[in-house]
Formats: sequence, structure tokens, C-alpha cells
Amino acid sequence: MNSQSKNKDIRLMAIFSVIVLTAPIWLEPLGASYPALLQKFAIFGIFAIGFNILFGLTGYLSFGHATFLGVGSYTAVWSFKLLSMNVIPGVIFGTILAGMLAVLIGYVSLRRSGIYFSILTLAFAQMSYNLAYSVLTPITNGETSLQLALDDPRIFDAARTASQGLPSTELFGLKMSGYPGFYFCAVVLIIAFYISMRIFRSPFGLKLRAIKSNQTRMKYIGFNTRPYLLWAFVISGMYAGLAGSLMAVTDPLAGAERMQWTASGEVVLMTILGGLGTLIGPIIGAGVIKYFENIFSAFNENVLHNIFSFLPDGLENVVVQVAGLFVGSGWHLTLGLLFMIVVIFLPGGIVEGIEKIRARFRRTSPASSSEKSE
Amino acid sequence: MDVIFIQLLNGLDKGAAYALIALGLTLAFGTLGIVNFAHGVLFMLGAFCTVSVYKVLTISEKVLDESITFFKAYKEIPYLETWWGETGTMIIDYAVPISIIFAIPIMILVGIIMERGLIRHFYKRDHADQILVTFGLAIVIQEIVKHFYGANPIPIGAPEIVSGSAAIGVFLGLGENLVYPWWRMIYFVFSVVVIGGVFSFLKYTTYGMVVRAGMWDREMVGMLGIDIQRRFTVVFALAAVVAGLAGVMYTPIVAPDYHMGMNFLVLSFVVVVVGGMGSLPGAVVAGFMLGILESFSSMNEVKQILPGIDQIIIYLVAVAILLLRPRGLMGRKGVMED
Repeated sequence: MNSQSKNKDIRLMAIFSVIVLTAPIWLEPLGASYPALLQKFAIFGIFAIGFNILFGLTGYLSFGHATFLGVGSYTAVWSFKLLSMNVIPGVIFGTILAGMLAVLIGYVSLRRSGIYFSILTLAFAQMSYNLAYSVLTPITNGETSLQLALDDPRIFDAARTASQGLPSTELFGLKMSGYPGFYFCAVVLIIAFYISMRIFRSPFGLKLRAIKSNQTRMKYIGFNTRPYLLWAFVISGMYAGLAGSLMAVTDPLAGAERMQWTASGEVVLMTILGGLGTLIGPIIGAGVIKYFENIFSAFNENVLHNIFSFLPDGLENVVVQVAGLFVGSGWHLTLGLLFMIVVIFLPGGIVEGIEKIRARFRRTSPASSSEKSE
Repeated sequence: MDVIFIQLLNGLDKGAAYALIALGLTLAFGTLGIVNFAHGVLFMLGAFCTVSVYKVLTISEKVLDESITFFKAYKEIPYLETWWGETGTMIIDYAVPISIIFAIPIMILVGIIMERGLIRHFYKRDHADQILVTFGLAIVIQEIVKHFYGANPIPIGAPEIVSGSAAIGVFLGLGENLVYPWWRMIYFVFSVVVIGGVFSFLKYTTYGMVVRAGMWDREMVGMLGIDIQRRFTVVFALAAVVAGLAGVMYTPIVAPDYHMGMNFLVLSFVVVVVGGMGSLPGAVVAGFMLGILESFSSMNEVKQILPGIDQIIIYLVAVAILLLRPRGLMGRKGVMED
């Protein structure tokens, strides 16, 4: 049994890696195969996987995860400015610093549960956001956002990059823009997914799930839940920091708007939409939201007129008017509606939806085959 | 002394807005057990009631401007002015108070639709689901408003007669340079009246008494043969009206835009938590207290010692309260203490 499930996991990992690495090919017909969007898929996938470790497994809804994303970005950009344009230190420092902040915030916030936990994380997130805009301007560069500059010290490779204007991020000489950037993010995503899978399968993951289903009972049997919760919080904070630093890798720029609480809301959306507490769900959710954001917000009236040109004129104008509400700058309306529909009708997200459809087919097919055999 | 007094006054009008929104929020939680992330949107809708009334009042016709002679210039004159002259101008000037009359029925309707249409289905789901679905609703309503009114703030002035500042320094014998905008004073008085109204409705009417009984023990009241659900729906509508009125009156202070509600929502949630979930006096006290604290911490003298404190003071207080006294300042013992 054990070895069987292990085989299953290996197969899952292999399939997942192949799907991720070949994404530029199979996303081609969907019109989503360009590096900037692919990078976004991978980065937000990582962010959502991490968030799912906290919210999906323990049921603690954090409304402040964007803080860690922002901290990761800032740290990575600072690493590019001070140390080297190599992405490895940037990513490592970004992840670690976000993790340290997560220890601090988590230690305080996890003293409460339920809605109070949400409010506490929200309060911390708002504090960091406000501070990033006001007092911390020397570090964050306030509204103009933190950028690379020509006169950055860049201790390790200043000599190499000095002559050629603003340098770009690199991995041992390989420039991290375009497809190499995507493949770097993709590899990180695969590693992140593997770690998350191991957490799901481990006794640690099981304990987290037990906390979600009945924390009181866990406490009554003499089990101190707090350290496990803190670990989950820190791990998911580090995932967010990792995603943030990857954002800086693909585009060395960090602004405070990444830390706004609506950004935290977005990752909640992704996780819920894909499937809370499932392995693959958050990545699907992140992909779907980022895909539709890109596609829908590019629509304008002309495109809509083209799409609906088969309708009679009067009807066409009406349809375009109505559809225009949902696309372009009104894309958030679609997102909000989609989100409400999922929460109301399909609390398990897309993964649950697929599972339901599958179960229906499975239920009908053996029945029909047995009828045939009779 | 003057400085402290003026900061106290500055805090009052912001605190009044916090208190009004938090009052509705905590009312909805205390009765229906709903954590409503769309409550800030109700505040915003109230403000946009004013915008709509103002827009309707100033529907204009194009008239040839005769003061410019060397080319044909047109100016827009509202129909109200062409029809009624001075009276029409005055009506437009009083757009904000007039909108109160329209905002009340609109907000009642919005509140009832929201409760019956969506929130009713979420009584039994956990708080996380409630937060999520109302968050989605908030996005949807915001985007609809943005579609019709645009993304830019729409400034609307207070009536001419109260648009200046009151020389309260002279009045109180504290020096000439102590002035305070009339409208903010009106806002404060208005909020006190509304809060008083809500409290006396709950305290001195039979209807309110039943609602309070339902907040204590919903099942028992139900067993006595009272349709408590219907009354709670009415209370939710009342909460919507309070938030809406807060928004209507706030338009001359800050020009409304489509996401003003979200900014206030986060703060009023903090206010509710500080005051104690479900506690009405707690929400009011905490609202004013945090408003005043915020205004004191933005004094230059304070900022020199603790830079940036004005940005985070409210959240710091909330964190401290949640850790030391989780049921809030005036929360009932045993309600939401973990």
C-alpha cells in the first residue's frame, strides 16, 4: 500500500513537471504562451501553494499574506542593488527574510483563531503597507517603488556590469528575462510543489488537518497545537516571500501596492477557486485567474463587436454593451462574480467540480456495463 | 491647550464615521452572526446616493452665453435654475441634506435585498465563508458603481451657509485662531443623533426589546412564537441605513470614489474588534476613541518622537486589545473569546 502510494506520488510529480515545463507549447493555442504571462502563472502558483498550506490545511484564514510577498520583493531588489545581479542570493534572502517576519507576525497572530486571526493578520498587513508608504521610504522608496540604479554598489559584480547601463538579473550569466526567466520560475515551482506534496503526506500535514477538523479535541488529548500552526504559518510566509522575490527576478522592481490587502484577497481567491486543501487546486486557481485577467482585460469594444458580429445589429449592440461591463477595466466584476458563485455553489473549487463530474461518469459507467453483461 | 483641543475636535468627525459604520457592522454580527465584509460598500453606496441626487438636480441645458460676444459660447444651466431661478439654485446647494431623504428608502431596499438574497444562505456556514462571499459581493458592487460613475472622486460641496469654519475659539474663549469647519461639527452632531436614534429604538420600543432578547437567546425567542428572523432582517436593513447615512453626510468631507468603502471597512472592523464583537456601545466608544487617538498621533510633536505612528496607531491598539482582552473593551463574556 505504502509503496503503491509512493509510486502514485512519483507519477504525479512526473506528470506535473512535464505539464509545467511544456507549458509554453500547450498554452500556445490558448494564446497565453508568452514569457511574461507564463512567469506570472508560475509565481502566483507558488504563492497560492504556500497560502494553501496555511489556509487549506489548518483552516486559518490569513488576510495579510501580501506582506510577505512585498517583503520578498524588496529584499530581492536590495540584494540586486547591494550584492550581485545573480538571482540565487536574492531569492534566498527574500525567502528567509519573509520567513523571519512570518515568525514574528505568526507568533502574535496565532494566539487567536477564527475571525480574530484574520483581523490580526489584516492589521499587521495594513501596518506594513502604511509604513512602507511613509516612514520606511528610505528602504522602500515609497510611491516611486524600489528600482535598480546605475550607481548601486553591487559588491560582487560591479566591475562586470558597470559599463553596460542598467544590468538585468541573471543566473550565472544567463539573463533572466523571457523564456529563461520562465524556466527558472518553473523549476522553482516544481520544487515548491514537491515540498508541498511532502508536507501534505507527512505526519506534520496530518496534524495540521487534525487542527482544522477539531482543534479543541487535539488540545484535550494533550497536544500543543501552537508550534505546528506557527510552522505552517512560517512555511506559507516563506512561500510568499519566494514568490515575491521571483517577481523581482523577472522584473527588478518592488512597490508597496504589492502589499495592499486586496492583494492578499487575491491569493485567497485563487486558492478557493482552485480547490481549498487540495494539492493541485491552488495552482489551477492561480492559472485560471491570471489567464482570464490577461485575456479579459485586453478586450475592448472593437474586439467584442468582432466576436458578436454574427448577431443582428440591434441585438449585437445590446450584447456588446452588456458584455463590455465584464471585460476590459471591468474585469474585476467578473472576478467578483466568479468568486461568489464558487463560494456559494462549489466550496471545494474547480477540483471538487471536476471530481463531481468524474464521480458521475464513474457511477453511470459501471452500471451501464453491468446492464450490458446481463 | 489649543492644539490638544483642536486635535480632539479633528478626531471627533473621523471617529463619528468609524462609530457609525462599526455600529452597523456589530449590529449585523450581534443579530445575524454575520461577518459582513460588504459593509464598507454600504457606506460607499450612501455616498453615491448623494452623487446621484446631485447629478439629477443638476441636469442641465445648453444656453448661449451672452457675456461672451466674439464667438458663440455655450454654458450649461441646470433646468432647476431656469425653471425656478433662485429657489432652484438653493435646492442644488442643499443636495447633501436632500439626499438623506432619498438615501433612507434606497438603503433599506439594498439592505433587505442583500440579506434575503445572499446573506441568509450563509448563517450556517463558518465565518471564513461569510467573509469570502461578502468580499466577493463588495468587489462586484464596487465595480458596478465604477462602471456608472467612473473611477475618479466626485467632489460635492456642503450647503453654502455651512461651508465655512466656525470660530469656536472665540466662542469658548480660547483664542482667535481656533477654527473648525461647520460641516464637521454638523457631521458629529448628526452621528450623535443617529446613534442615539438606534439605541433608543433598541432600548425603548417593544420591537427593539424583542431584537435584544433575540440577540441574547435566539432559540428561546423563537420558541415564544416570534419570527425573530424577520426582525433581524429589519435590523440588517437598519444597519445598512446607518452606514448609508454616514456615507451621505461624509461626501462634503471627502470626495467619494468607488473604493472609499474598502478603506473604511478595514478600519471599522478593527473598531468593532476593539469594542467587542456584537457590542453596540463598544463599537461607538471604540470608534470615537480610535478616531481621536489617530488624530492625536498625527500631531507633529508626537510624530517627532515616534515617526510613522499616525499610520499604525489604530492597528497597534487593535493588536494589543486582541492579545490582552480578546472579547474587546465591552464585549460580552464568553462571546467569541478564542
